[in-house]
Amino acid sequence: MMRLIVGQGSCGNAAGANKVYAAADQLIKQQGLDIRLESTGCVGMCYLEPIVEVINEAGERSTFVRVTEASVVDIINNYTGDKAALDGLSIPQEDKSILDKQTRIALRNCGNINPEDIEQYIAGGGYAAIEKCLRHMTPQQVIDELKVSSLRGRGGAGFPTWFKWDAARKSQSNVKYMVCNADEGDPGAFMDRSILEGDPHSVLEGMMIGAYAIGAKEGVIYVRAEYPLAIVRLNIAIEQARQKGFLGKDIFGGTGFDFDIRIKAGAGAFVCGEETALIASLEGERGMPRLKPPFPAQKGYWQQPTNINNVETFANIPWILDKGGDQYAAIGTEKSKGTKVFALTGKIKKGGLVEVPMGISLREIIFGIGNGIVGDKQFKAVQMGGPSGGCIPAQLLDTPVDYESITKTGAIMGSGGMVVMDETTCMVDMARYFLDFTQKESCGKCIHCRLGTKRMLEILTRICEGKGKDGDIALLEDLANKIKEGSLCGLGMTAPNPVLSTLRYFRDEYEQHIHHKKCPSKQCKSLLRYEILKDACTGCTLCARKCPVGAIAGERKAVHTIDQEKCIKCGKCFDVCNFSAVTVD
Amino acid sequence: MNCCNGCHNQGYEKLNPVFEKYRNKPGSLISVLQEAQELYGYLSMELMDYIAENIGVKPAKVHGVATFYTQFRLKPVGKYLILLCQGTACHVNGADAVKEAITEELSIEEGETTSDNLFTLNNVACLGCCSLSPVMMINGETFGKLTPAKTKEILREFKARESKSAEVTA
Ligand code: SF4
Ligand code: SF4
Ligand code: FES
Repeated sequence: MMRLIVGQGSCGNAAGANKVYAAADQLIKQQGLDIRLESTGCVGMCYLEPIVEVINEAGERSTFVRVTEASVVDIINNYTGDKAALDGLSIPQEDKSILDKQTRIALRNCGNINPEDIEQYIAGGGYAAIEKCLRHMTPQQVIDELKVSSLRGRGGAGFPTWFKWDAARKSQSNVKYMVCNADEGDPGAFMDRSILEGDPHSVLEGMMIGAYAIGAKEGVIYVRAEYPLAIVRLNIAIEQARQKGFLGKDIFGGTGFDFDIRIKAGAGAFVCGEETALIASLEGERGMPRLKPPFPAQKGYWQQPTNINNVETFANIPWILDKGGDQYAAIGTEKSKGTKVFALTGKIKKGGLVEVPMGISLREIIFGIGNGIVGDKQFKAVQMGGPSGGCIPAQLLDTPVDYESITKTGAIMGSGGMVVMDETTCMVDMARYFLDFTQKESCGKCIHCRLGTKRMLEILTRICEGKGKDGDIALLEDLANKIKEGSLCGLGMTAPNPVLSTLRYFRDEYEQHIHHKKCPSKQCKSLLRYEILKDACTGCTLCARKCPVGAIAGERKAVHTIDQEKCIKCGKCFDVCNFSAVTVD
Repeated sequence: MNCCNGCHNQGYEKLNPVFEKYRNKPGSLISVLQEAQELYGYLSMELMDYIAENIGVKPAKVHGVATFYTQFRLKPVGKYLILLCQGTACHVNGADAVKEAITEELSIEEGETTSDNLFTLNNVACLGCCSLSPVMMINGETFGKLTPAKTKEILREFKARESKSAEVTA
């Protein structure tokens, strides 16, 4: 039977995939067509969505992009007949090759299988790794295999996964917990969501393997409540796994190993990326970090040994146990093995999710895969690591993507957000944006973090508003260092990074703002000055009519002028003038 | 003085099965609050006190948790909840201008509700559709590649829909 598969991650649905699905469904039912309609997760090519794939009886695949309610009807009607009519809808060759430039391990199934059908996951070799572990390996052997792979936690800090598992395994207790952190916090990244939506079983299987290794009987997935689709698909996956006997008592039959998983919806707090805060939140408390030790591996959830890994880490694990740790370690650099998923966004032409081997350069990702900057503008910087990270400037584009090299630039690998910025992005404003975020998200326990970030935000806001003072840069640096020292958890310790890294590479922009009251990227409104060019103004009066505050004066057919005192820099005059007579500086 | 025989708790019966579900599950406060918000739209003082009483924790703790997490709303929301993405990608691609357009059109700031109780504006972090940034979501429907003009147009459509249905009922 012919299959028609619609990519329905959150991103696809946002682009209209659910409407495409409904239109296809209606047509198939109406005409009684012999077509199986399915849905899948995000393949990562978000800029081409909605994406529809057709697989005919012979198993040939055709991919169609930017599909609409109308064009899906064309696809269905013409697919068996006049295929040439569909040429315009087919995926361009250059886009197809984007997948070839990637190495997909964590994303191996995303966009390929129906996430709501456990059989498809199994057909692709799913749940073989856990069964192998349960039947043929000891927990110690599982951990050893992981050690060979050198997998490091994909949530941000990059701590070796085997080490954490080993510590939890060595903790003596009858009750242990395996926790999946699916509370993706970086406000510009969505790797984990795509995996949960596109391949939930790989996460479940990863957790099972971990549970067996450390001896946990209970698993909890702490997932952002703002990810409703991920929660739905996880619930379906868990239910299907239970029915198969993969979760529950004596899983897989005759193994004697009990393990079950439940979901706990987080309620939105960035600080819950911190393990001890996440545990507090799981217990129904405010998510505030506490001092370590004791580490969660000794005393975690309900004071029992607990291991926490993030979604992407778990998604890698079945592959590693299946193919062997050495296969994984064969990819990547000396200290950073394997692959990493990035959410490539911002001013990028071909944004989406990409999974690449560690060690490839930023340039290869941004220009090779992402195809460069929208409108072919000048690349300025790429932000990595979100609120804990920093901006990497153009001169460092050849930096290889691995934990150590990225850290050296002042950014961090983080969970995989990669926001590309061009010449129109103001770096002081970026720093202000992130401080605004961390300042709101600080849990308030440490004075340096709670008040320090607030003070830094005030200074940055002042600079952006044209009220920067001599000494502001030194003050920022001083505060930054004190906050780093005086904070208990990662949130506070890394909060100043966006400021420090922009100061390091874009100090002149700060100076322009402070000393010359100019924003080189023309983003900081208060620093702009709109003016009308005498020679170009035709006196059409359009700007004067559009100006919301009546700041523009002038007779018809005579040169107009702007009263700078009244002007609120809304930019309307600039936008409407047909003669490019309005300038902004 | 409030009447003391509990009549201000009227209408909270829908929570009883929720209490039942979590009765023997320690650490369920957040889940209970989530379900309560789902049922009643927001967490009023009375509602939080009622929850505290019924699950046997101090009201102070319920308030503490409810105010800690961004998901919980302490004020009623309008019929249409606008979630404006303030994620990094949306910020870089002009979310501020979209915010201004919303404010101009509806005269509300973040966290506020229009006087006709139709719209509430809330900021959120990344909605996961960065390739469509800047993005907003209204009652679950996502709108991408926004410009100030497009944003206003969308809001006007919602308003038009409303005044039409008001006419019909009249
Ligand atoms: S550093 Fe900040 S977020 Fe972390 S515990 Fe201290 S106050 Fe809370
Ligand atoms: S920028 Fe706005 S306020 Fe200033 S002159 Fe132009 S239209 Fe008027
Ligand atoms: S930053 Fe707005 S959708 Fe990702």
